[in-house]
Amino acid sequence: MLEIKNLHVKLEEEDKVILRGVDLKIGAGEVHAIMGPNGSGKSTTSYVLAGRDGYEVTDGTVLLDGEDLLAMEPEERAAAGVFLAFQYPVEIPGVGNMTFLRTALNAQRKARGEPEMSAGDFLKLVREKAKTLKIDADMLKRPVNVGFSGGEKKRNEILQMAILEPKLCILDETDSGLDVDAMKLVSEGVNALRDAGRSFLVITHYQRLLDHIKPDVVHIMAHGRIIKTGGPELALEVENNGYADLLAEVAG
Amino acid sequence: MIGQAKPDGYTPAPNLPQSGAWLRGLREAALVRFQAMGLPQRRDEYWRYTDPTRLTVAQAATVSGAGAGAGGVVSAAFDAAQALQLVFTDGVFDGAASSPDLALDGVEIDHLAEACAHDLHWARDIYGQLETNGQTPVARPLAAWNTAMAAQGVLIRARAAVLRPIQIVYQGTDMQADLILHHCIRLEEGAQLTLLETGCSGARSNHVLEVDLGDRAQFHHLRLQGEDAVAARVTHIFAQLGCDSHMRSFTLSADGALIRNEAVIEMLGADASAHIAGAALGKGRVHHDDTIFVTHGAPNCESRQVFKKVLRDGAVGVFQGKILVRPVAQKTDGYQISQALLLDDDAQFLAKPELEIYADDVKCSHGSTTGALDETALFYLRSRGVGLVQAQALLVLAFLAEVLEEIEDRDLAALVQTQLEMWLDRQQTL
Repeated sequence: MLEIKNLHVKLEEEDKVILRGVDLKIGAGEVHAIMGPNGSGKSTTSYVLAGRDGYEVTDGTVLLDGEDLLAMEPEERAAAGVFLAFQYPVEIPGVGNMTFLRTALNAQRKARGEPEMSAGDFLKLVREKAKTLKIDADMLKRPVNVGFSGGEKKRNEILQMAILEPKLCILDETDSGLDVDAMKLVSEGVNALRDAGRSFLVITHYQRLLDHIKPDVVHIMAHGRIIKTGGPELALEVENNGYADLLAEVAG
Repeated sequence: MIGQAKPDGYTPAPNLPQSGAWLRGLREAALVRFQAMGLPQRRDEYWRYTDPTRLTVAQAATVSGAGAGAGGVVSAAFDAAQALQLVFTDGVFDGAASSPDLALDGVEIDHLAEACAHDLHWARDIYGQLETNGQTPVARPLAAWNTAMAAQGVLIRARAAVLRPIQIVYQGTDMQADLILHHCIRLEEGAQLTLLETGCSGARSNHVLEVDLGDRAQFHHLRLQGEDAVAARVTHIFAQLGCDSHMRSFTLSADGALIRNEAVIEMLGADASAHIAGAALGKGRVHHDDTIFVTHGAPNCESRQVFKKVLRDGAVGVFQGKILVRPVAQKTDGYQISQALLLDDDAQFLAKPELEIYADDVKCSHGSTTGALDETALFYLRSRGVGLVQAQALLVLAFLAEVLEEIEDRDLAALVQTQLEMWLDRQQTL
């Protein structure tokens, strides 16, 4: 599904190197988690995959099902199946949530050469998905994320994911700012989307989220590289011992 | 020929249009006012941001046929509103193109071209009178010239709530025409009227709209102007409001080489409210100027000025807005906001907000912002699959949403929104 090879990235504006050779391979249907201390390059990885401005790829490749992801515009990546659930979902005053969802879905369908979804079918789809995420009609009517609580914003991200049905879901610290109940709701939403044809990259600081969204593979990232890869037990190790031991191990 | 201010029109002694007794003196007085003021100059305080030359040169620049009237805001925009239509073709009332029956319950409609021959007309208390009141403290010579020279326009007097909107449509193909139109609206006590104005014609036009609102009258005004052509337009609205009367005026200006919209609103009765709003869309060599002067002349009145401009490729937007609160106007609630969205580095927005307050128990606020599209929001939309151009259009519409809120009739607001969307669609293909 996703293959990142030797990815080097620096900030465009300043001469600051963030990623120094990331290698990562995610197979179809797999759930991978990336953990790591602040500033290790986790969020940068997610932004570079989604195509955000401000980053310069100085070396390496990213393939999505064999296609060169880095050559695509952000909207082309979305149509190809990439979805980034933002750590800080953006508020867009003046754009209704429903308009936003419908515009996004139909833009992707159009880009893939599929017919637009009718208003009736769309409404049915949104209602069904919103219900399981406990998103009420009012949240759908309001402008995108405006006046939403932290939990509501994250649920709204998962709603978008459920409607757009991407191939590769990248969750950037989706657990941040969530209470226990909200985390459960969000995780259930994610788990409902788990599928043999859909892969996940879950970026988190904490083992907590991984109790709910069980990963197949856990990577530890530090200083712009993946320094260790293992099974779910690796997350527990971090939870108990912190990153110090791992960092020392790699340095040694 | 009656009705056209010919290019050599700005002479000290022009031939005034033939007029009956009620009008002759008003025209002569207007000419005297105009002569005393002279043409506007760049050095005048309220013309500092807008070069009046194109409006004041003897010869209006001929508009090239190609592209004139193409696209832009169209007169068909309000078809769904099923308004009674008064059509002016190349600045002259066109009965054949207008609604066949101009009778409407509660309202009388006259044409200046006909009414001017009479010896008496109710409009004598309005025509040029509100314009005269609006000449102080700031001179508006082009409006005085209009009063002196206009031979075409409509005179509308409403006595009750008029259920069907009245629409004035400007159309035409004469690309050298130099047009002057003058409308007078009188709403008697408790009357209600919705007036729509759409389209543009001619190489140059000068419109004056005088509005006299009786107590508890309600006047809704919606105007779509501009086109993808190179024409110069100046419009003036002069309004006076009686007790507890309400005025709502919204203007959409799309492209057009030079558009100067002036509104001079005076609240003379207590508890009145006036909301003046505008959305301007400009791309390329476009100059849009909104110059608004709101006077609170009675207690407990409310006013709002809401203006938003979307500018790109060298387009220039100007907003000059003033709130004057007279000593008698206690409990005034005045609000003013002007905002510009600059879609590239070449566009420019110039704003001059002014408050002049002589009462001590008032609430007045104003603000002005200039900015670019929110890059983060743009990326968020694109990351969901929305293409760059469509994402920009969504954010532009979002920016304009607040000013569309000023249109109280949601059906008409939706029609204006459609015009905005069409303009944005056209931008994608240009």
